[in-house]
Amino acid sequence: MSETRSTQHRRLDAGGVLLTLLTLIAAAVWFFPVYWAMATSVRYDDQTVKDFALLPQDPTFTNFLFNIQTSRLPYWYLNSTIVAVSVTVIVVFMSACTGYAISQLRFPGRKALWWMILASFMVPISALIVNHFIIIAGVQLLNTHAGIVLPMLIAPVTVIVYKQFFDGLPKEFREAAVMDGATEFQLLFRLFLPMNWGVTTALAIITFIGAWNSFLWPFLAAQDEKMMTVTVGIAAVQDAFGVFYGRLLSGAVLASLPVALAYLLFQRRVTQAITLSAGIKG
Amino acid sequence: MLRNRRSELLAAFVLILPFVVIYGWMFVYPTIQMVRLSFTDAPLIGEGKYVGFKNYVRMFKDPVFRKAVWNTAYFVALTVVPGTAVALLIALMVSRLKGWLQSVILAAFFLPYILPVTVVYVIWDWMTNVQFGMLQGAIEWVAGRPVNVWRTIPWFMPGVAVITIWWTNGFSILLFLAGLRNIPAELYEAAQLDGATRWQMFTRVTWPLIWPVTVLCLTIQLILQLKIFDQVYLFAVGGRTQATMVLVQYIYEQAFQKNAGGYSATIALALFVIVVTFSVLQFQILRIRGQR
Repeated sequence: MSETRSTQHRRLDAGGVLLTLLTLIAAAVWFFPVYWAMATSVRYDDQTVKDFALLPQDPTFTNFLFNIQTSRLPYWYLNSTIVAVSVTVIVVFMSACTGYAISQLRFPGRKALWWMILASFMVPISALIVNHFIIIAGVQLLNTHAGIVLPMLIAPVTVIVYKQFFDGLPKEFREAAVMDGATEFQLLFRLFLPMNWGVTTALAIITFIGAWNSFLWPFLAAQDEKMMTVTVGIAAVQDAFGVFYGRLLSGAVLASLPVALAYLLFQRRVTQAITLSAGIKG
Repeated sequence: MLRNRRSELLAAFVLILPFVVIYGWMFVYPTIQMVRLSFTDAPLIGEGKYVGFKNYVRMFKDPVFRKAVWNTAYFVALTVVPGTAVALLIALMVSRLKGWLQSVILAAFFLPYILPVTVVYVIWDWMTNVQFGMLQGAIEWVAGRPVNVWRTIPWFMPGVAVITIWWTNGFSILLFLAGLRNIPAELYEAAQLDGATRWQMFTRVTWPLIWPVTVLCLTIQLILQLKIFDQVYLFAVGGRTQATMVLVQYIYEQAFQKNAGGYSATIALALFVIVVTFSVLQFQILRIRGQR
């Protein structure tokens, strides 16, 4: 009896080790393209097409220097930062206010507002690009930061997450604070938001990553090279760089650095944001 | 009391004001404009005249529109179910691991999700480069000759699909992981006591309990992938765009390259109807499931 059990145990363990090994290999394969891009970015141009060693033989930062010194990358970085930070701040602030109002206050049109948010959640915003372009061109905001930011402020998911989060907080908090004579603004900014900064950080990070990475609208709205965001700019120089893969890939590494750092620093928050925003669908 | 009521109304008004202004301006107004534009022959910028259903008639006869619908559907078929299956597999593998090893492995699978689309494009363009690409060895092994993946029609959509799965799967993986964590460990312990094999545990315990998450992933993916543009546009630049045309790309082409604002609005409305139909269907399916 004890013998059969121990052999069975051993067999299970062997299976477990094998599965773990397979997982490690799969992860390495999955991550390889990212690694290979990083490896190529530190090779000299004449080596990118010759040196296939896994570790670059003679790593160099000339490609990065080239990008920073001679391309428009610094401008694009600035534009991306301005756009992504503005979108994040405005979306989070606006969503918290709206989510709070819908969750805690009674006002006429509340139901209609909620339905509009749910509707915009289902509508493909990319179908509206032509009309966004007409509007932004009409108010002379093409090739400006404001013009890039405006259509990106449609973010129903953040409003819905805030509304549901505020719905879930105990009623007593609000009642007690109202008794003490707090105004609605004090309630929101001193009580409801600080009670869980986690939700706000999670939503902010995921909004930042989304804004930094967005392509289609910034690509249409910023056609002047100086106004492009990093994501759009990298595509624009692609042909100019030709076979200079080292330069191209070092640009790619730089372009993804802020979002990669945001993820690595706030892994748990990113995970939380994704499960929160999916939770509303289920 | 009356004072209170009035201050509540005032506060609500101030709180929702920025949102209402932006939504009115950037969502409601453009949506109405899109419908209006679809009945005109307007250029991209400027007024056109009312042409009735002419654009709609043209759209249903348009071979490129049909091609775009077909390619979009083909892309959806190549990504949604296979992508979700791969995500579940990866989540099952990752969920077995513990501690720091799990974090590292999860990061390896998740990181592509946060990359900008152009970075994804640059990386894979390099990986598949017909002369120097890392993957040409494997491609040659399958095809018997070097293939320029992005210039070869039968390879194009499957190629973009593989890259899209690689790129966007992090989201589904996280959802599955969250779902797997919610399965009580006692169920597995009980199954183990009954002498269940790994496979039985999966089919009898994991699969039925993870099914709702699967439905969720499938519908999110479906609605997301119907809106494909970025990858197809980037990989097809300089290539035969008509053959690889997808719906959003056709909207873009008609508006910005052919200067046909009215017709592009008609196509946009078609996409709109397709996505909303699937969203509503999904909503109904989830509601039916919720009622049971």
